[in-house]
Parts: sequence; structure tokens; C-alpha cells
Amino acid sequence: MRFAVVVFPGSNCDHDAQYALSSALGQEAELVWHKARDLGGADAVVLPGGFSYGDYLRCGAIARFSPIMTRVREFAAAGGPVIGICNGFQVLLEAGLLPGGMRRNRDLKFICEHVHLRVEATDTPFTRQAAAGQVLRMPIAHGEGNYYADPETLRTLADDRRIVFRYAAPDGSLDERWNVNGSTAAIAGICNRERNVVGLMPHPERACEAAVGSTDGRVVFESAVAALAACAPVAEVT
Amino acid sequence: MTDPATIAAHGLTAAEYERIVAILGRHPNLLELGIFSVMWSEHCSYKSSRIHLRNLPTAGARVLQGPGENAGVLDIGDGLAAVFKIESHNHPSFIEPYQGAATGVGGIIRDIFTMGARPIALLDSLRFGSPESPATRRLVDGVVAGIAGYGNSIGIPTVGGEVAFDETYAGNPLVNVFCLGIAPVEGVIRGRAEGTGNAVYYVGASTGRDGIHGATMASAEFDDASAEKRPNVQVGDPFLEKLLLEACLEVLRTGALVGLQDMGAAGLTCSSCEMGARGGAGIDIDVARVPQRESGMTPYEIMLSESQERMLFIVRRGREAEVDRVFAKWDLHAVRIGEVTGDGLLRVRDGGRTVAEIPNRPLADEAPLYDRPYREPADLAARQTLDPSALAPSGSPSEVFLRLVGSPGIASKRWIYRQYDHMVRTNTIAPAGAGAGVVRVKGTRRALAFSVDGNGRYCWLDPYRGAMLAVAESARNVACAGGRPIGATNCLNFGNPERPEIMWQFARAVAGIGDACRALDIPVTGGNVSLYNETDGQAILPTPVLGVVGIIEDAGRVVGRTFREAGAAIVLLGAPGGTIGGSEYLKVMHGVVRGVPPALDLGAERRLQQLAADLAAAGRLRSAHDCSEGGLAVALAECAFESGGIGLDVRVPGGTQAGGATAALHGEAASQIVVSVRETDADAVLARAASTGVPAQVLGRTGGERLRFRLDGAPVVDVALAEAERRWASGLSRYFEAPAA
Repeated sequence: MRFAVVVFPGSNCDHDAQYALSSALGQEAELVWHKARDLGGADAVVLPGGFSYGDYLRCGAIARFSPIMTRVREFAAAGGPVIGICNGFQVLLEAGLLPGGMRRNRDLKFICEHVHLRVEATDTPFTRQAAAGQVLRMPIAHGEGNYYADPETLRTLADDRRIVFRYAAPDGSLDERWNVNGSTAAIAGICNRERNVVGLMPHPERACEAAVGSTDGRVVFESAVAALAACAPVAEVT
Repeated sequence: MTDPATIAAHGLTAAEYERIVAILGRHPNLLELGIFSVMWSEHCSYKSSRIHLRNLPTAGARVLQGPGENAGVLDIGDGLAAVFKIESHNHPSFIEPYQGAATGVGGIIRDIFTMGARPIALLDSLRFGSPESPATRRLVDGVVAGIAGYGNSIGIPTVGGEVAFDETYAGNPLVNVFCLGIAPVEGVIRGRAEGTGNAVYYVGASTGRDGIHGATMASAEFDDASAEKRPNVQVGDPFLEKLLLEACLEVLRTGALVGLQDMGAAGLTCSSCEMGARGGAGIDIDVARVPQRESGMTPYEIMLSESQERMLFIVRRGREAEVDRVFAKWDLHAVRIGEVTGDGLLRVRDGGRTVAEIPNRPLADEAPLYDRPYREPADLAARQTLDPSALAPSGSPSEVFLRLVGSPGIASKRWIYRQYDHMVRTNTIAPAGAGAGVVRVKGTRRALAFSVDGNGRYCWLDPYRGAMLAVAESARNVACAGGRPIGATNCLNFGNPERPEIMWQFARAVAGIGDACRALDIPVTGGNVSLYNETDGQAILPTPVLGVVGIIEDAGRVVGRTFREAGAAIVLLGAPGGTIGGSEYLKVMHGVVRGVPPALDLGAERRLQQLAADLAAAGRLRSAHDCSEGGLAVALAECAFESGGIGLDVRVPGGTQAGGATAALHGEAASQIVVSVRETDADAVLARAASTGVPAQVLGRTGGERLRFRLDGAPVVDVALAEAERRWASGLSRYFEAPAA
């Protein structure tokens, strides 16, 4: 499968995503410059972590105007799988592809550490290989990951089962103590109504090899590969 | 003729002024005076320190570049080079902690990618006053946030470091930042201007009035008026530097560059004249072409500005378009401001008018060289005198132990490193908070380990031995991770060198570094000297900080600090025993810095480090940790902390006679490493140690829920691991986290 990893000025997890997809998962992964005219025929799009445009304004607020975002919107509208990781999630929020917004972490500090996530929805292209309620251990690294949604949006997210990941205890139980950044309803990741666009604050691309501490992130990308294989035209498969 | 007040305001002496007149054959104008003043400042010229630094060992089989460039370079195999250096940003961090620390990070990162390397790791060595003081908490908060703000944004992981607290740093904190990058060996480029007619390019941020005379500020003591120097501190823009980093690495791949240099201290002045001097060339630049973010800037201000995120390129004639294309892609300035000449002069124009003309070589290389007088402090013998029997009783051994593990210098530094992205670039192997930072080198089987260490108390009591101990500890931390030390960089933080006692500290410390590095076969490839670390006449503890780089052949054999399982044998490698002279125990429990620091046998140290690396490579070590502040008991406890609740039960070598328990538990010593090994490997490990001449003994076993230390057969410290770990985990953070509501 062919993944496009979008490079905004200030992206800094672009190489990590490319490395995880290519070296750890054996997929094709191309870096796509934000001024590019197209996504290079990609099957899936990754908006990586970083500090696009320095994030001196709200995180992701400028990146949504990058030329490539027009193509990303079209790709998403056509049902293509899009994942926004950390800053990429923030960009998806600012671009209106996902609802809600981000505030600074509850303790007002940048936090980098491993956390536990509970998989809340497995009918997205990035979680279909995971089990419902499965606990994944992967790092977070952000200063503004305190997800906020107003009560109505939150109700919609819950009713439509669009909450994809929640911060949880290692055993999967939910408790405000494990809600590392103070997010509304301990939300770590959500998807759009059509379920093909997923955003999450934790970094699955940093959890694809035992050598760097966890392999729990692999399921996110393996799911995408499986999802794409499942819907690939028969002619291409044979 | 310049009036004496102007000369003095530029930090130049009358004799130095005479020397300028002799070089020029005339009196300098104000711009030229400004240029000389920054180039001949202590910060840029090392005029007080060069005479001593000459004695450091700088050669080695792996050394591709020693001191004198933007950074040192080591061959790490597979056609790759490690490019690394440490630098201080002490003075700016005191005046404006966030920006001071942030621009310190930005500056050292530029030094690394300037050499053609992609930076992959940062470490910090920090010193502050007592955390009891609100002023200290403000500084710590600002410095840590500044390091995080810059490093996290640019996407280079901060993988390790150290922090210590002592009242002498209250008015003069230390912020030393180490950075390491990786480059293909043939891709390493140097800061040289060569080839008459080649273009001189200015790239990166616009020039403003920030930081004018920053280098001169960093070469003077502080006093009450220092707060007024805030405009001298630069403001960092990590986003811009991220673009600059990517653009520079991209443009370097084209081969269009002859050389490049960061505009750090002394900005455009230093970069142009140093590059010209190294290449034996002249540089002719027009300041009117320099992008400016303020109007009405004079040539003086443009030449002396220390605005951040700027670099100077020498571009091969005819290949300018390749540079222009890359910089246009990244939306960055790349402006031709002049060219390389054959006359050896730094010629500065302002439009059509020549405003300065100085020969490069004397400016860069013939700065005054001082052999400043030095004298042993009169009270040295008194400092080294310690009568343990005169110390007040300090509680039961268990109480002392808990106090120590919860003291800020020993306690967990998680509150700090949690704010640093230590995982970006997905190379970080050792978990944060371990003794050494370890990153794998993608595309190879290897990993690199690094550690930054220094102990100001030891150096205040005996700068020669203290500096040797810093070298040994830094290298030992690398060895504990399984690394073999291959090179070092140093950051030498001292007070005012014009005071003979301070100069004595400096000279003795440099001698100690030299002797230790020679004995351990670790070449010094560069570093930084920070003098005048004084406020209102109060000098800091002399603090040489060593950054040692080691290589681990098999990244799968990296060893961590924490116990891995219960039932493992705990082995002490190295001769037992310790001294409380200059120890953390003495400072924390008695508020005293006295005595003689631990003795160091460099031959024994070298054998110990080789043994640790050999055992790691053979896969025999489950964990390894060096004994340092707090002694053997603290070192062992640190192996149990964060292990997931694996306690220990050990026999401590030594006796219970007068003061014996304290020395046995908390006495400090060089050349000791505690390891845990599989029970079935214990005999083989002891045999291996014996065959290499390293003393070794089994102290006990991992396991249980307690930390139990026995002396003469009886438990002398016996505490619940959970309680000790709680003290350790909150010992630093309790000063910084708001109390629970």
C-alpha cells in the first residue's frame, strides 16, 4: 500500500511516520510537500506530528490553509483513509474535517510519556484489526492535547460511536486519574461521520518496534493496510 | 584616537587597544572597535583559557575533526560520523530564563547542522540555587520550559542530562546544552571561506537589534544592573530554525557549498572573520544587503547583532541558483551579501562606502593570550579538613536514607524530562532518566550512548581530582549502558579568571581533564569555556561538565538502570568502600561541603569500564548503574525505582564502627558499578571480573517489596520500596507542582 505523509513547514514526525510505515511495516511511504499539487496516487494519507508553522497561533491553524489540504479534503470526501497524528489531529480539527478543538494540557505543561489507550471503535480503517476494548500502550508528546467538545458535539460523537480512543488505565478501566491531559471524556482520538478520517493525539508511529519501547502502534497502520486490501479492486489484487 | 571611556565600554584594556592600533597601523573607527571587542571577548577568543586548553588530548583514531571548528567529529563506522559539542548559555538564562535557555538549544543545534549533520539528540547539564527559593523555582521553570519549547518544536529529542542544586548557583545558574548529529563522513563540511570570487550568502532570519554585544556580556560579572541587560538576550524562533535545518541539509546535498557557519555569538562579525581566517581568505560584504527587521540599523548594529537563526554560506561561483532554489522552497532568505577575496581582509561596506577593513587572521587568531596568574586558595587545607566526629547525629540510617533519596539532587528528574520530547525521531532506546542517553543509529546495528556529568563540590575541594572524577563518571555512565567511550566535549564553567584563585581552579581542572582523558583514551574534540560566572563577587562552584560519547556495537544489547526481575544476583564491580568527603550526604544532612573527594585510580577505572562494556556486549547484564551521589545505597535503590516494584536484600561491604555505617551506605567512591545478573551467570561474571583485575562481589538478590541493606549481618536500612520510591518520585516535583486542591 502507498501512504502519503504530508510535510508541512514545521512537521517533525514526518520522517518517523515514513520510517515506521516503510521499515517497520514494509509499506510504501512517500513524503509529500505541502505545496505539492497532488498526493502522488496514495492509498492513504498521514498528517504527521510536529509544530506546523511553529504553532505560534493555535496549533494547526495555519497549516489548514496549505495548498495540499485542498487535495486532502477531496481525498477524504471520496472516502480515502486519512489519519492525523498529534499536530496532524490538530490540523484536522482546524480544517473542520473533525469536530472539537484543543486546549493546553490541564497542568499547562508539555507532556512526553507512554500512556494507555482503550480502543473504543473498531469500525474505522485505522482500528479494524484491533479488538474492541483492547488497551494500547504508546507515547504522547504534546502541550495542547486537551481535547474539548461542547456537550452537543460530545453527544453526537458518543451517539455515533465516533470516539475511537480514550485515555485509560493499563487494565483498560476509565478513571479521571489516567486522563493525562484533561480531555473531555478522556478522548484521545475520534473519527468523522463517514469513519474514514481519524485523528489522535498519541503517536502510533513511535510504537512500531520493540527497540523503541512498544509495538502497540502497529495495529493502527496494519488496520489501514487491511482496510485498503479489503476494498481494493479485484483486478489489482490478482 | 578613541577615548578611553569608549574603549572601556567595549570591554577592552588599554594594552589590547594598543595591539589593535598595531595590527591596523592606525586607530580603529567605532565599528572596527566593536568588531575587535567581540572577537577578542573572553567568550569568542578564549584569551584566558587557551594556554591551558592546549594540553588536552585531541587526537585519536576516530577523530575526524578536533577543536577549532563548529563541532567535533568522530568516525562511528558504516561511513558515518558523529558530530557533537556542548555549549553554555549561562548568562542569558539568568537574565531571561526561557529565551536564554531556548536560544542556547538553538545555538548548539546550529553548530551541529552547520557541519552537515542531522541533529538526533540533545542533553542538558543544569545548575541552580536551592529549590527552596522562589527565585530558583522561577529560573528552573523558565529554563526547563525554554529547553522544551525549542527542542520539542524543532523535533530533536532531549534524551538525557543532569541537574544539581547549590546556593552558589542562585545568582548564576548554569545551562549547558549538548547536541549530537549524524552525517555521512564525506558529507561533513567545515566553516571555511575559500576560492576568490565565490559568493558570500546570508541565509535565515532577518537581523534585528537583539543581542548586540551578547558575547561581551557573557564575558563580564553580574551585578544589580544586570537585569537591565535584558535587551542583550536574543529571542529564539524554533520554527524558523527547523526550516533552516532542513534547507541547509538539502542544499548541502547539492554540493554547491564550500563552507558555512552559524551566526552565533558575535553574529555576522564572528562568522565572516572566522571563516576567512580558517580558509586564509578575505571576505568582502555589504551590510546594506543584509535583511533587516528594523529600520535605521547602523553597520555597527548589523555587524554585532546576535539575532538568532542566521547562517553564512560560501557558495561555489556559478552555483548560486541551486541555493536560491532550495531556500525559495523553504520560504527563507538567501541573499548574496558579498564575495570571497584574496586579500585576507574583512572588508565591510555600507552600500558604496567602506566602513571597516581589518585583516582576518590577526582578528581571529591573534587575540590576546593571557597566562593569568593563579594561586591556590589560602583556605584550601581548611576546606579539605573534615572531622566526622564533629558532625551532629543525623537520625537513624533508615531516616537518613529516605531523606537522601528524596533530596532534590538525587530525586527523580521526571518533572523535568516529562516536559521534553525525548522520543521524537524514534531512536531513543534508554528510557528517560537513566544514567546515559542512548539512541540507535538507523541503518546500522549500532547505538550511541552519551552522558553529561560534573560535580562542582568535588571541584571546589580539589579541582584537579574533581575534574578527573567528572571525566570518569561521564565515561562510566556510558559504559553502564554498554558503550565504549570514543570522544568527549567539555563545558568549563568558572568564575572570574582575573582572580588568581579562580584561575587556579581552572588550570587545575583542565589539567585533571587532560590526565583523565589521556588515561582513559578519550580524545577531547572541542567544547566551550564560560568564565565570569559570578554575581556580586560570589563565584559559582567550579563546574567543568564533561560530555562523553560512546559506541554500542549492537543496539540490541543496551543495558538499562532498573532491575528486570526478582531473584537476580546483585554484584558490585569495583573496590568497595567510600568517603563522605564532599558527598551529597554531607551536603544534604549537614549542609557542609568539606573534606577530600573520592580517590581515583585511572587504571582501575579503565579496567572497570571495559569490563562493564564487555559484559554488556556478551549479554550478561540485566541492569547496570554507577555509584555516585548518595553512595552505594542510593545507587542500588535507584535500580529498584521504576522497576515495577522489585526490591532488594543486600549485604553492604564495610563495618558498623564509628561512622562506618554512613560511609558504607552513603560514602561516595569512583570506579564502582552495581549490576544485576541472572543467578546462573553470577559465577561467570565474577570469573570474568577476576581475570581482568576488577574486584567484584555478590551483594545479594533482587526481589521482595523492601529495600533491605545489611551491615555485619543485621539490617541497617530496611524500608518499604513503595515508601522510598514515593519520596524519590516527589523529591523534586514537590517544589514545582501546585499542592493538590
